[in-house]
Formats: sequence, C-alpha cells, structure tokens
Amino acid sequence: MRTLSVAEGVAWRVLHNVFTNPSLLIPSLIFPLFFFTAFAGGLSRIDQVPGFDYPPGYTAFQFVFVLLQSAAFGGVFTGFGIARDFESGFGRRLLLSAPHRTGIVLGYVAAALVRWLLTAAVVTAVALLVGMQVGGGAVDLVGLYTLAVCLNLAATLWAAGIALRLRTMQAGPVMQMPVFLLLFFAPVYVPLALLKGWIHNVATYNPITRVLEAGRGFLAGSPTEVGLAFAVTAALVVGFSMWALRGLRSAERAG
Amino acid sequence: MSERFVEQVGQLARRSVVRTARQPANIVFPLVFPLLLLAVNSSGLQSATHLPGFPTDSYLAFALAVPFMQGALFATMNAGTDLARDIQTGFLNRLALTPMRGVALLAGQLGGVMAMTAVQAAVWIIAGLILGVHFAAGAGGIAVIFVFSLLIGLGFGALGAFLALRTGSGEAVQGMFPVFFVFLFISSMAMPRNLIEIKWFQTAATLNPVSYLIEGIRSLIVIGWDAEALALGFGTALLIAAIAVSLATFSLRTRLTRS
Repeated sequence: MRTLSVAEGVAWRVLHNVFTNPSLLIPSLIFPLFFFTAFAGGLSRIDQVPGFDYPPGYTAFQFVFVLLQSAAFGGVFTGFGIARDFESGFGRRLLLSAPHRTGIVLGYVAAALVRWLLTAAVVTAVALLVGMQVGGGAVDLVGLYTLAVCLNLAATLWAAGIALRLRTMQAGPVMQMPVFLLLFFAPVYVPLALLKGWIHNVATYNPITRVLEAGRGFLAGSPTEVGLAFAVTAALVVGFSMWALRGLRSAERAG
Repeated sequence: MSERFVEQVGQLARRSVVRTARQPANIVFPLVFPLLLLAVNSSGLQSATHLPGFPTDSYLAFALAVPFMQGALFATMNAGTDLARDIQTGFLNRLALTPMRGVALLAGQLGGVMAMTAVQAAVWIIAGLILGVHFAAGAGGIAVIFVFSLLIGLGFGALGAFLALRTGSGEAVQGMFPVFFVFLFISSMAMPRNLIEIKWFQTAATLNPVSYLIEGIRSLIVIGWDAEALALGFGTALLIAAIAVSLATFSLRTRLTRS
C-alpha cells in the first residue's frame, strides 16, 4: 500500500510537470507526427515497389512503426526526467522521504505510460484523419496497443536503469541511442522480405522486428508472430524491471 | 580589410573551434548520427530504386546528400547555443569593452562553424567513397560539393547566430530544432519530388528551400553536371546565407552595446 502511495505521488508530480510545461510535452507529441508525416507522406509510393504486400496500405504500414516508436521514446523521455530529478538533487530527497523506494520506479513507469497514452491518442487520431485503413477488428487493435504498452514499459525501465545509475542529463544519449538503433534496425520502410544485405540479417535477429511484424499483422487483421512478439516484450519488461531496480539500489548506495 | 581585423577574426574562430573540440559530444554526435541514419536508410530503402523513374540504382548514392543537411542542422544548433552561452555568461559584454570590432565576433564564430562543416563534408565524402558511391560529376564535382557545403554551413551557422543574438538563450535556440527538423523532413530528402505521391507533401517539398540544397548536392553525385539543379542549389544557398548573415549582423548591432 505504501509502495502504491509513493508511486502515485511520483507519477502525479511527473505528469503535473509534463502537462504544465509545453517544452516537455510538445516534443513527445510532435516528433512522432514528424516521423509519421515524413514516412507515410513522403514515401507513400513505396507500396508500389514489386513485392510490397500490405493490404491496408503504406500509411497503416508506417503508423505501426510510429506508434511503437512513440511508445519506446515516451519511455526514454521519462528517463531524461529521472536523470534531471537526480541531477537537481530532487531524486536524493525522494529517496530520503519514500518509505518504499520501489514505488519511485513504479511511479515513473506509470507516468510514462499515461504520458504516452496521450501521444498514442494524438498519433492515432491524425492517422485516421488522413485516411489510414484499418483491417483488424477490436481484438486485433487491443493486441496492437498492448504490444505498444509493453514496449513503453520496457523502454521506461531501461531508461530508468540508466538514469538511476548515472544520475546526470549527460546520460541522455546512452538511454536514447540503443533504443533508436533497435527500432531502426527493424524493417522500418519495407517488409523484412524486401530488405537486402546486412540490414536483412540484422533485422532478422532484431527482437523488435517480431514486435513490429506482429503489430502490422494486428492492424491488417491477419495476426502473425503474436506469441513470439509478446514473449519478446514480456522478456524485455521482466529483464529491464530487474535492471531498473538494481539501478535504484545503485542510487541508494550513492546516497 | 585590416591586419588587426583579420587577427581578431582568427582568434575568435580559433576559440570557436577549440571550444567545439573540447566537447566530444559536439563532434561525435553530428558525425556519427547522420552516418548511422545514412546506413539504415540506404539499406532499408534500397528497394525504392525499383520504382519507375528513380534516378539511380543505388539508394546510398541518392541519400548521401542528406548528411550534408543534417550536419548543417547540427552546426546551426551548436553555433547558436555557443553564442547564446557567450551572451548568458556575459562574455559578449566583456568583449564589447575591448577594441574588438563587432563584426569580427560574428565572422569568427562563423569561421569556427565553417571549419566544423569542412570536417563534416570531408567525412561524408570519404564515407561515400569507401562505401562505393560513384560521384557522377567526378573529382571536380567533389570539389564543388565541398564548396557548396561550406556555403550551406555559412548560411545555417549565421541563422543559429541570429537566433542566439535575438533571444540570448541557449534553450530558445535548442527549441528551434524541431522547426528545422520539419524543413528537413518535408523535403525531397527521401524521395525525388516527382515520385512523391501525396500532393500536399509534393507541394510543400517544392516550396521548401532545403529540397533545392539537397538536390544541388545530389545532382553532382547521381546525375553529373546538372546546370539547373546547381543554379537552384547555389542560388538558394546564397540567398539563405545573405539573409541570415544580414539578420545576424543587424541583431549583433542591437545586442552589442558598447560603453
């Protein structure tokens, strides 16, 4: 119970800061829209490339990537906030005042999720407004958004682990770059089968590829690799939970 | 141009370069990030070259022009942030008490940006050659690309300086990053304009000056000597540089209050 009240307090503070500070809120809303516009708008003719077969069309194909990307980067942005809190000394005061410190991590995770849900709503609304075709039914869409939620949790826990260990804003690239690489070494622009050379090999073994392909399958209404995708995201969440909690111990030891 | 003025510019350009060199993140990130994007995009979008009308069979060659613009974007941010820091820390005010000419400050700052741009351009060109890109315009074309990128660096660096002088805040300069990002994204960066299917996107890319800068460099890599692309590219770069330098000079005059 005490853990939950700590989590609630931390989450409320983070959300209050984010929703009352446009410089924190707007980038997390705008960047996914940039990517969506540039990819779905500028590259729409890619669906005419021989071998490209995704019935809902290129807008839907890119929407899934942008949705998952926004989920992952929503977690990373929250990691920046944790680093800022510890750099400014607030994190230290938080450690002193919280009776159950696991609630601190839980609070940041909950805040990241709520923050991303707003981004997801905006990106989805824009995609539907520009005519995105949805082939999947309600259950498929629940599958897609659940995958995105899991990715958001995993990315937040990853970034929290870094922020709690390094406790400086300069750790930003360390949080961001691996997430960026994992996302972009997946089949971003064309299906896996159309990738050639080294990127095909990397994408084949990249766990995010399974998540992306499953997400696209859900949106098209023809689920594929569902079990593998959920296994990957569950493993990421469990693994990074331990990573974040050990980061918390590291912050506690640092005092 | 007096010897004293040249010395002032040289000292300030040196300071600008040394300051950048002392922050590895300011060198590594603007070099590594565009290369990483180039690697990912050129591999991921290679199949786009199968589209009828695509100007080359190598997406890497097509995309090689983009890092030059991304580098310019980072140059803008770094130049603006550094100058804003000089304003915030009072360095500019202390400089105003010395016999230094105001315009030397701007020229020095831009000299530093152009030095960084030259390093970046050399890296992109060498990376392209190593990865097997055939520069259609040959060695002369590579030289023109180098000069062209310096001109772009001058224009964008001056734009960063203008923002810094106008706002006096590093955060405000950084806050303009998404705006520049939009210009880069809504351009012919990823697809030739005639192959962009969505009409509003095609119109926006046609109105966007960044498209002409990219196409100027791209023409030398993919096509050869294309007078129209080069005229539009150089014309746009010259126009941006002229406007940005004028704005920065005017803002400097109002910012630099001498006692």
